[in-house]
Amino acid sequence: MNGVHDMGGMHGFGPVEYERDEPVFHEPWEGRVYALTRAMGAWGKWNIDASRHSRERIPPAEYLRMSYYEKWLAGLTRLLIEHGLVMQAELESGKPASGSPKATPALSLEQVAAFAARRTFRRDVPAPARFAAGQRVRARNLHPAGHIRLPRYARGKLGTVERDHGVFVFPDTNAHFQGENPQRLYSVRFAARELWGEEASPRDTVYIDMWDDYLEPA
Amino acid sequence: MAEASDSDHDHEHQAVPSDMALRVKALESLLVEKGLVDQAALDVLIDTYEHKVGPRNGARVVARAWVDGEFKKRLLADASAALEELGYRGGQGEHMLVVENTPRIHNLVVCTLCSCYPWPVLGLPPVWYKSAPYRSRAVIDPRGVLREFGTELTEDVEVRVWDSTAELRYLVLPERPAGSENMNEEELSALVTRDAMVGVRKVTIDKAGGR
Repeated sequence: MNGVHDMGGMHGFGPVEYERDEPVFHEPWEGRVYALTRAMGAWGKWNIDASRHSRERIPPAEYLRMSYYEKWLAGLTRLLIEHGLVMQAELESGKPASGSPKATPALSLEQVAAFAARRTFRRDVPAPARFAAGQRVRARNLHPAGHIRLPRYARGKLGTVERDHGVFVFPDTNAHFQGENPQRLYSVRFAARELWGEEASPRDTVYIDMWDDYLEPA
Repeated sequence: MAEASDSDHDHEHQAVPSDMALRVKALESLLVEKGLVDQAALDVLIDTYEHKVGPRNGARVVARAWVDGEFKKRLLADASAALEELGYRGGQGEHMLVVENTPRIHNLVVCTLCSCYPWPVLGLPPVWYKSAPYRSRAVIDPRGVLREFGTELTEDVEVRVWDSTAELRYLVLPERPAGSENMNEEELSALVTRDAMVGVRKVTIDKAGGR
């Protein structure tokens, strides 16, 4: 989706604000949101792409106003509702609905750890490489309303395949539970001038990881 | 780059409504009551990233690569396997790539679409890395961003920006600073900062380059 989360190349956000000796969490609730998100993910009701897409669907003005962990809380809450783990009425009352089943035993640390240890995004399935290192390619001009990991600033641009990472889960379908659609992932090199015009340094480059379906021969 | 002081603290987290803590507490209580989550598991997850997993891990990797040429070769060829030798693996570090700075190449890591960051070696990302200014500018104006961090590069250096759009996670192997020839691995590791491993600063002997 052409959301405000796709920020590469935008102007107007000002200088980078740096905090010395920054704590990992600024408030205890931020740590709780982080941990809740990790733990609830271990139920396996959604995947990392759906989780990212849930945050991308925060309305643009809200997305820009919210702090990082506010966005995480909004994303998690949406997933809990969409996947039936929590009902809207329960969120409002703060109490489980009467007669709702209680998961027994509760999700344990061991289960969360085991879930994380199992996780890999590479798939051991044959998938033909449509492109090879050194080949010139063009990023396709895609604008789906759903999830995509091809940044807007690179669409339609010419690049060179730098390396073949192997076969990986494809986020565009996985985020919508339409299958993992595993395919080749490549590191693609773009000249800064191809992306940003003559003002850019003639030497600088941007490397973007791109799946087969994002590319066409140039 | 704007440096925050105690008096004019103006980070986005400060704009958080005061009811955030209450809202999160209410959600946590609900999930616990429904048996969906165990509070002890949450405590351990938080403790892990507050106290155990952080940029000291990455600094040990960099120092080892500086003193052990064979390890460095393995690290650049297959980072995930080399990191595993030191016990560093896990969430958001499943598929790692290490990119090396040289006198001619300077690498910079960003995630323009969200906040992808190599947790097992750097911990959770700082606010600036996840912020709109960094995400928007790192790709279009990397030299401007670097300048704000005090990193001036001459025109003959190629700036390579790595936009973390997939599940590959990037760690920059900074250049070993001049004057560190007689330092041992532990002393070297103490020089290596998080910022240098993201690529916004260089490693210096006096640690003037921040964290």
